[in-house]
Amino acid sequence: MLKIKRVPTVVSNYQKDENGEDPNRSFGGCGRNCLKNCCIQEAKLPLYAFKRLTKVGGKEELLLHACKDTPVPFLDSLLLGEWEDRVQRGLFRYDVTACETKVIPGEYGFIAQLNEGRHLKKRPTEFRVDKVLQPFEENKFNFTKVGQEEVLFQFEASEDGEVQFFPNAPIDIDNSPNFVAINVSPIEYGHVLLIPRIFECLPQRMDCESLLLALHMAAEAGNQYFRLGYNSLGAFATINHLHFQAYYLAMPFPIEKAPTKKLATFNGGVKTSKLLNYPVRGLVFEGGDTLEDLSSIVSDACICLQNNNIPYNILIAACGRQVFLLPQCYAEKQALGEVNGELLDTQVNPAVWEISGHMVLKRKKDYDEASEANAWRLLAEVSLSEERFEEVNALIFEAITSGEIDINTQCLDQVDAITSSTHSDHAKMADSQECVVLQ
Amino acid sequence: MELGSCVKENSFNDHYSVYAREALDELPHNFTITDPSIPGHPIIFASLGFLNMTGYTRKEVVGNSGAMFQGPGTCRRAVMEIREAIREERKTQVVLLNYRKDGTPFWMLFHMSPVFTEHYGGVVHFVAVQVPLQKKMDYCEDGSRLQQDYVFGYCRKEVCLDSVLGLGRLCPMDQHDDVRDLESEEPCEASDDEKRSAVTAMDNIFSVLTHYSESTGRLVCRKRCSMPDVGLLSTSLIISLGRIKQSFVLTNPHLFDMPIVYASDAFLKLTGYASNEVLGCNCRFLGGKNTDTSTLYLIRESIKTEQPCTVRILNYRKDKSSFWNILHISPVRDASGKVAYFVGVQIEEDHKNGDRPGLSPERRQLSVVGVVKVAVRSLSMTAGSSKS
Repeated sequence: MLKIKRVPTVVSNYQKDENGEDPNRSFGGCGRNCLKNCCIQEAKLPLYAFKRLTKVGGKEELLLHACKDTPVPFLDSLLLGEWEDRVQRGLFRYDVTACETKVIPGEYGFIAQLNEGRHLKKRPTEFRVDKVLQPFEENKFNFTKVGQEEVLFQFEASEDGEVQFFPNAPIDIDNSPNFVAINVSPIEYGHVLLIPRIFECLPQRMDCESLLLALHMAAEAGNQYFRLGYNSLGAFATINHLHFQAYYLAMPFPIEKAPTKKLATFNGGVKTSKLLNYPVRGLVFEGGDTLEDLSSIVSDACICLQNNNIPYNILIAACGRQVFLLPQCYAEKQALGEVNGELLDTQVNPAVWEISGHMVLKRKKDYDEASEANAWRLLAEVSLSEERFEEVNALIFEAITSGEIDINTQCLDQVDAITSSTHSDHAKMADSQECVVLQ
Repeated sequence: MELGSCVKENSFNDHYSVYAREALDELPHNFTITDPSIPGHPIIFASLGFLNMTGYTRKEVVGNSGAMFQGPGTCRRAVMEIREAIREERKTQVVLLNYRKDGTPFWMLFHMSPVFTEHYGGVVHFVAVQVPLQKKMDYCEDGSRLQQDYVFGYCRKEVCLDSVLGLGRLCPMDQHDDVRDLESEEPCEASDDEKRSAVTAMDNIFSVLTHYSESTGRLVCRKRCSMPDVGLLSTSLIISLGRIKQSFVLTNPHLFDMPIVYASDAFLKLTGYASNEVLGCNCRFLGGKNTDTSTLYLIRESIKTEQPCTVRILNYRKDKSSFWNILHISPVRDASGKVAYFVGVQIEEDHKNGDRPGLSPERRQLSVVGVVKVAVRSLSMTAGSSKS
């Protein structure tokens, strides 16, 4: 069994030392506004109901609904307003805007932040890193243990297809509500956790519906600087309760600027490319006629990775129209003692944000000496080797294409061909609606 | 709307005079001029050539953001580069896929340059020259590339045609693993000729702009000709703040007497002042004879201790009429982690229900604080960037 020791991030004020007593237990019916039966019946939380867009590919909608720099859309205002309220109520462990941050000079513009307070006050804990799928454990910290004041709002699909907002909605536990809660150790302003169907206590495991929910959240925020991320177990997720993270950073992430090479277009027009000239090898999925198309393809890829026990990270960018998928092996290397000591000393855990180019540094020395070369060196350790990446790609493409209907075997062969050979093949079919187009 | 179009005309005329329009119209180039200080960073001038190229009328274009020409096939990275250039107040040149009014896409070389004022060293406008690259390649509806016969030996025009006619066929990408595939979204390089023609166009436009700016006494130049004034907000921050519809001001505690350095349109509307009447002034001009001094004390305390506060204060408009202002004040830190500004968000009491049903006025105040904090923090990070 492979394990690493690391200081877990405190995401909630109700999260105590894993090894110590869980204080939540000692409260009974408790008057503390928790999410347990004792308090939840009476509870009210804002509810934002989003519109299920069936078609988002059109020019109009792309511009007007999603990515145009329009005046702060509603979800943006709601999230920022609620978050600032929690700032002023003193729920965070530190003021993240008081943490120094800078763009590291260089071609890519890696972003460094000095955050000396994020990891204090916790003992290192052992994490098993060789199993991407692990069952939910009721007795460990999970998000049903946070206090109501840490929850910002409920985020649901609208019943009648229109955006709706209820400032004080009851919590319908039977209807599996999705919660958006603060992360009390924020990496940047607006750092929240999206917890799909919180009361179902799902383990950290990707599924199509949850990914779609995350894409919807990105689309509804309508702000390209609001991105969501996901870390699988073994890729620096510390809490085995299904969740995405998100925050605001009004800068392009280096990964978003990296050139790509197109590999294929799948059903629904989802374009798949691979990253070039970036320290971490990864795939980029973008476009598609609907968010469903994108979420279905990407979740197929994720499910393939987790079923094959390959840890990965996901970044959702461009208002939910672009997803980066990065298989990684850093924790495994770390557990096997293959990571060089200098890198380990920085205690940087390369999760989705670090991989995307936002480096949160714990030591002043590392911050002062931050350079593109240093960032690159760390991320290069995270990446799969070229050979392994191509193997993993082949698995992913097989998973995606076997999930697609009406694909003939010739097409599948082509897919294998492209992932295993350098000269690309070309597939063209008469009924292009259902075709995998390769180049 | 009327007021809006007036602002856009003034933005042009005040700097270059009305006569500059005629001179610019005589230029054969395709270009637009935008003003980052107006909310939405709208186009304030579009050349005849540009209108011909895109199929829009001047009325349809002026007042809109350049994003109106982008579509599903527009390369995200190219747009990102333009945004970064605006943020860093530098020129840039990218190949971009834009869309005409009839929805057809076209590739062009986008060459943008900031226009600096000689007075305070800031950016007043951006000029964007667009050189169409239609000669080399044809493109499908979705922006994917079709090769010309002479390049790859066979033609797939009929496939493209189907696509344009809406038969729903995907456009096959070519199978050649050539260098240009590395940038499938940015497939064609502009030729040296086209690059030169963009630069020439920019030269010609700037010679008109600088010439006519002499006549208005508000000299502009192509390179930053003086150090920006202390306390001057960056273009990108102004653009970001311009998106916020609520009434708020930003004050700078590091300048003498803590003057207003930004006032939103809604603030100007609420108080009846013009922007140049409030910028540089301390907020105390909003007070009057019945303004409670103990409230002013609370405000001063909150500023001194760098803590947020909400007060109810009697304020006066320019026309001397008074209103109860629910004022929320919060410190705003920049990327260094230090307090760089204070934001003051105003809500007129009994006038609380705005255009956003559902979100309480207090929450909307806090969301303004959130948006401002994100913008100030992120947009002050670029100082160390090596690109220039």
